[in-house]
Amino acid sequence: MSETNSGADAPSPDKSEATERRLAKETAEKAGSRPEPTEPRRALGQLFLDNLWAANTVTVTVLAVVLAMLIGGVLIVVSDEDVLATFGYIFARPSDAINGSWTVVSEAYANLFKGSVVDPAAASAWIAGEGGWQAVFAPISETLTYTAPLVFTGLSVALAFRGGLFNIGAQGQATSGVILAAMAGFLLPLPPVVHVLVAVLAGVVGGAFWGFIPGFLRARTGAHEVINSIMLNYVAVYFLAWIIFQGAVHDPERTDAISKRVETSAQLPRLLGSDLRVHAGILLAVAATWAVAWLLDRSTLGFELRAVGANPDAARTAGISVTATYVTVMSIAGALAGLGGANMVIGSTANALTPQVVAQIGFDGILVALLGRAKPWGVLMAALLFGALRAGGNTMQSVSGISLELVTVLQALIVIFIAAPALVKAIFQLRAARAARLQTSLAKGW
Amino acid sequence: MEPGEIHALLGENGAGKSTLMNVLYGLIQPDEGEILVDGEPIKIRSSRDAIDAGIGMVHQHFMLVPVFTVTENVMLGAEQVRGGITGVLDRRRARAEVSEVSDRYGLRVDPDAVIEDLPVGIQQRVEIVKALTREVDLLILDEPTAVLTPQETDDLLEVMRSLKAAGKSIVFITHKLGEVKAIADRITVIRRGRTVGTANPDASRDELAAMMVGRNVSLTVEKAPATVGEPVLEISGLVVDDERQCRVVDGVDLTVRAGEVLGIAGVQGNGQTELIEAIMGLRPAQAGTVTLAGRRTDGWSTKKMLRAGVGYIPEDRSVDGLVKQFTVAENLVLDIYDREPFAAGLALKADAIAASARERIGQFDVRTPSADVPVGTLSGGNQQKVIVAREMSRPLKLLIAAQPTRGVDVGSIEFIHSQIVHERDIGTAVLVVSSELDEVVGLADRVAVMYRGRILGIVSPDTPREALGLLMAGVTPGESATAGSGESPTGPQASEESA
Repeated sequence: MSETNSGADAPSPDKSEATERRLAKETAEKAGSRPEPTEPRRALGQLFLDNLWAANTVTVTVLAVVLAMLIGGVLIVVSDEDVLATFGYIFARPSDAINGSWTVVSEAYANLFKGSVVDPAAASAWIAGEGGWQAVFAPISETLTYTAPLVFTGLSVALAFRGGLFNIGAQGQATSGVILAAMAGFLLPLPPVVHVLVAVLAGVVGGAFWGFIPGFLRARTGAHEVINSIMLNYVAVYFLAWIIFQGAVHDPERTDAISKRVETSAQLPRLLGSDLRVHAGILLAVAATWAVAWLLDRSTLGFELRAVGANPDAARTAGISVTATYVTVMSIAGALAGLGGANMVIGSTANALTPQVVAQIGFDGILVALLGRAKPWGVLMAALLFGALRAGGNTMQSVSGISLELVTVLQALIVIFIAAPALVKAIFQLRAARAARLQTSLAKGW
Repeated sequence: MEPGEIHALLGENGAGKSTLMNVLYGLIQPDEGEILVDGEPIKIRSSRDAIDAGIGMVHQHFMLVPVFTVTENVMLGAEQVRGGITGVLDRRRARAEVSEVSDRYGLRVDPDAVIEDLPVGIQQRVEIVKALTREVDLLILDEPTAVLTPQETDDLLEVMRSLKAAGKSIVFITHKLGEVKAIADRITVIRRGRTVGTANPDASRDELAAMMVGRNVSLTVEKAPATVGEPVLEISGLVVDDERQCRVVDGVDLTVRAGEVLGIAGVQGNGQTELIEAIMGLRPAQAGTVTLAGRRTDGWSTKKMLRAGVGYIPEDRSVDGLVKQFTVAENLVLDIYDREPFAAGLALKADAIAASARERIGQFDVRTPSADVPVGTLSGGNQQKVIVAREMSRPLKLLIAAQPTRGVDVGSIEFIHSQIVHERDIGTAVLVVSSELDEVVGLADRVAVMYRGRILGIVSPDTPREALGLLMAGVTPGESATAGSGESPTGPQASEESA
């Protein structure tokens, strides 16, 4: 009968989970189950993470990218009317269809590469002394520019994940960060170096506050952080849309939704001269990755965070305050996402607030965290891949005329191929674990 | 197996007793070997085959539907129908059958009682009735006494005798030597999946224990008389409600002094868990005070309690004691990771943690390939030793050990017990909670019996088992046995009333 009890209650995500588990356990004990330590009910998140790690990360990632590009290739062919027409007479002259498909797909991917890593033509021109070095490094510069904010939001989601929380609110936290960073950038008259530091700090504070709210609600009331952080995403987005038109913020010379410009003194320095967009944000991103890695593996806070993420009951019994950890984790996660947001307005992407200023970096951050297996350096690599896809996508669109949306599709496919098996396994293991509990009680006697 | 024989299967945790029986009952398929019934080899592929071959099994976990009546549960899987194709359940016939079987073997089970209202001992009988109505000749009882009070155990042994008299054979799986000697006709000892030997019930406890573990084990905890000092833990009028607002601890007063072991005996679920959690600050108390070495600690956080010199071995090591994904070294500092010498400011000192882990693995005899493997890969006994090592390797004023040897092999039990006694001898106050009466009696200098959230009495560990058993069933010495039994959750009287 204990199986019916523990099996029937769905994995409820809120804080009464521990309570429920204890109730189920007590009923089981009263009902006369064997006095043996019960296997802790594992949270879906933890199972998912285990599965995500269990796979051989390098092979699986490479395969996922290849598979995604194959499907992407099919989409390119299907969306090209000329090539599609050749399929009409594929049995009469198959070479047309095959050659046509090959050309359009290979060109697309070649442009993706040229736009994100290096354009061989520009490189040989530079070697021959006919072109500038800027043209050679431009693709890398673009890639790094797109990478930086994704590193921050990816780290934000990954850190929360390790602490047992789903931070779906990176988008809102980034929005909150971008608002404060931008306002610090055009409202405060400060000297150059101080100004940029203050702007960065403003982004951190904005994001941390937006992360603190769902963390606090979770700790205090048990309200689930997924719901709250999603809701706060909307609040942040509409707050941004509103504040752009307020007197102190709106650009007086414009009628559309755009704020004043962030002063140059508040902008992150560009690394490779003013022609290339790559800026100090990427250095900050690497530093943040190192800091998060240190925090997780080498600090007392990280120890608490991982303990709470892996087994909140044992953490609590060992005197770790689970609620305080939740608040801290969400605040730090928010701060990271806020940094990502600040990057969007004090870097080179934009210099004023618009409703789309943070793009989708918060949601992309979730994908990056999954692809990076919720590990800091993995997140950095994943962000690099996504940044490259985004940068190359621009070239692909302008040269091959293939919609930028294809890049979004590729990103989604990669993550699906990596995350979905883990998710599916996690779900099946949850069921298997229930079945196994029933089975052990039959098959094992002690 | 002879007809009308009670055959005890004795072995340590993990020896393979239950696996063997699950093979018999068709839940596990054998890799090799054959099973003979009445001299003929048979293949048992499922429990259906087993029942057809006349083999029935009562599991540790009862397979009963809580909201169904006894009759409905017995019918389940072998429903009697009448009215041909309409398939109306023939409750009346099933009910008659239940009454008949229960009367014939003296089981005294009310066919109309709803399972969830019945005490554990009676539910177990329902399982036996269920097996008997399938007309089995061989009944397998898998650790049937694990959850019973001593009185209920006696009743069960009585039932087993009457089944034996009716010519049924019984395989009785247990690791409790006393019961084996009381009832078995023949004893087979299993160790690591092999039959070690067969013994007669007149073999001494020590002989049987030695066969079980393969060496001589001191079953009684060896300890010198306690040198009792000042009170360390004083609890007065403690009241705790659980999540359902039920009063589970109802005005407990206890004092634990330095240098003594106070044991709390009682059947599981009488408020012991909640009492300990309230002391540790893991659960709010509704009323009462807790004093540690003269300082009021009610309302203190768990961390503050641990810092104040309380060692805590939680009763459920997988849930509350260990983080399974963490390494042995990390688990060894789970509650002291942020103190000297393991941390400096926000930074963890990996070297200090590793060094201390190596030292404690040696000192507490934790069998692990290295300090860096996840603790979840260790055996239960070694996992428990990790917790014991963690809690005992700092100076303590008070040690609280809840079910310190649950699900642990005999060798580790011995070790953990000696560590607890050692802690007592160096002047620590020790509070032990265990549902194993042997453990409480063996370790404790005083035994407090807890029943329905109250301490019914504090007695010497030399008190006869029968008296302790009565206390555990809620009968205080002042009351007459009959008056007490009405309140008792178990026992034959209760079933007579309901029948």
